[in-house]
Amino acid sequence: MKSIKGILILALLLVARPGMAALTIEITRGVEGAIPIAVVPFGWSGAGAAAPENMAAIIASDLSRSGRFEPLPDRDLVSHPTEASQVQFHNWRMLNVDDLVIGQIRETGPQQYTVEFQLFDVFRTKRLIGYSFPAHQSELRRVAHHISDLIYEQLTGGQGAFNTRIAYITTTGSGTKKSYTLLVADSDGFNPQTILRSGQPLMSPAWSSDGSEVAYVTFEEKTAEIYIQNVATGARHKVASFPGINGAPAWSPDGTRIALTLSRDGNPEIYLMTLANKSLQRLTNNPAIDTEPVWSPDGTSIVFTSDRGGSAQLYRVAVRGGAAKRLTFDGKYNAGADFSPDGKKLAMVHARNGAYRIAVLDLDSGLLRVLTDGKLDESPSFSPNGSMIIYATDAGNRGVLAAVSVDGRFRQRLSLQAGNVREPVWSPFDRQ
Amino acid sequence: MKNQLNRLLALALVALLAGCSSTGDTEGADVEDRGTDAEGVVTSGAADTGSFPGASLDDPNSSLSRRVIYFEYDSIEIVSEDQDLIAAHADHLANNPNQMVSLEGHGDERGSREYNIGLGDRRAQSVRRVFELQGVSPQQISIVSYGEEKPTAEGHSEAAWRLNRRVEIVYMGY
Repeated sequence: MKSIKGILILALLLVARPGMAALTIEITRGVEGAIPIAVVPFGWSGAGAAAPENMAAIIASDLSRSGRFEPLPDRDLVSHPTEASQVQFHNWRMLNVDDLVIGQIRETGPQQYTVEFQLFDVFRTKRLIGYSFPAHQSELRRVAHHISDLIYEQLTGGQGAFNTRIAYITTTGSGTKKSYTLLVADSDGFNPQTILRSGQPLMSPAWSSDGSEVAYVTFEEKTAEIYIQNVATGARHKVASFPGINGAPAWSPDGTRIALTLSRDGNPEIYLMTLANKSLQRLTNNPAIDTEPVWSPDGTSIVFTSDRGGSAQLYRVAVRGGAAKRLTFDGKYNAGADFSPDGKKLAMVHARNGAYRIAVLDLDSGLLRVLTDGKLDESPSFSPNGSMIIYATDAGNRGVLAAVSVDGRFRQRLSLQAGNVREPVWSPFDRQ
Repeated sequence: MKNQLNRLLALALVALLAGCSSTGDTEGADVEDRGTDAEGVVTSGAADTGSFPGASLDDPNSSLSRRVIYFEYDSIEIVSEDQDLIAAHADHLANNPNQMVSLEGHGDERGSREYNIGLGDRRAQSVRRVFELQGVSPQQISIVSYGEEKPTAEGHSEAAWRLNRRVEIVYMGY
């Protein structure tokens, strides 16, 4: 793929607004077999020289980021049709693009717009889909992501995950002046919003199953505590503040419970807390470290990290209790698991020859596949459609976020302009 | 690895020597005198017990001025070289039952963060166990694990990592 060779900087955020920490997305590894597609700049009718958002650019970078598409560079666009009657299919066939996206954005009132788009199959000279959306100015980026989802679904058959968000932690400064921030951003890194800032460590953000709340660990009282915070309102409440560790919160798929790690009984163990009444059920009982619980998507079992066998490995235990079964045998360190949305795979931190990388275990076959090539990769989190894994990596002594396709063929880096970025977690589909 | 052992050995020797000297010389006697006073004078007891451990804790020549215990990779075991140092702190705490201490467990940056919280906790528990075996009251000890969240050394090499795999003995009020 000639245009994805090497490092292609998409420089998504053209103008960094004050208070917005800009993420730049670099594609570090391209993929053979990406679908060539042309996304033509949308037509504009309204006051002012241009539409408030460049819809085509947002859509093109979404599609590119998925690793499944190769959008035609702007300079190669032979014409700029904005409606079906203007499309000359033979021109696009000559450019070897399979599909074509055109659209328009019309101002219908103060900060109100109508967005239309159409997707064409160039070789069959046929319109595949077309939609029109009314939108407030603040919703235009989300409409663009929604259009990306529709195109992705039409052309790949899978569900798109562009209209989702990520939560992550950043640190700036050093020593006693270190500042820890918990942020929520769109899945393309735009629109980052600080939901908590602290002079003490923040850790382990976890989305509720409906995407409305985030649980996290804070050391603001010089001891570990778990809070749950409403993402939209910022209102929060403390759910765990026992002596010792209060860590690794993970929401049950039905949203009624969290799994968490407590050391109140002497060493780190996994507990389940029913959120309605804060009652606790202890799930593990072992003198080793038991931590990092994650729920299977069907809600019946918990996978966790334990060093009960002498080194950190992943184990599975039924939510109703019973014996834990070891899942990983490859290498001396497998920790920090995340379940794929279909429950068939586990992503984890896997150490080999002193390098910590992201690997995926296929639970049916037992095969482990290393997907990344960093030295300090950690915190893998599946996209809600299961196609990508976002994780934290080190780039020149700075923590940055990166994403890799589940087959390992496509990788990209999301680098914040300042500070260290880490612990990314991808939201579920539903969002408020 | 060898360097680290040598360094630990050297530190342990310093600690031993410091520990020996403090039992015999005037500094040790001074501490005992003031302790006796504190027991006798109830109304000023709080102030005196506050200043009493300060004399030795603030003394850079005392083994008690060393308050960091280092650990091997993915290990929670106290290396033998550090046992005397931990014993010196345990003695001090056992003799000063009003002195509270926080054991802060830490790990290096490698691997997953919550597992490192677990490691830091287990390391602090290792120190706590020795403390309690040597007569420190469980009520004097609190534990917090920061995992890899509060490194003392930045950087991505063993030189930094070995400094970050640690338990810090933090005397409350100092």
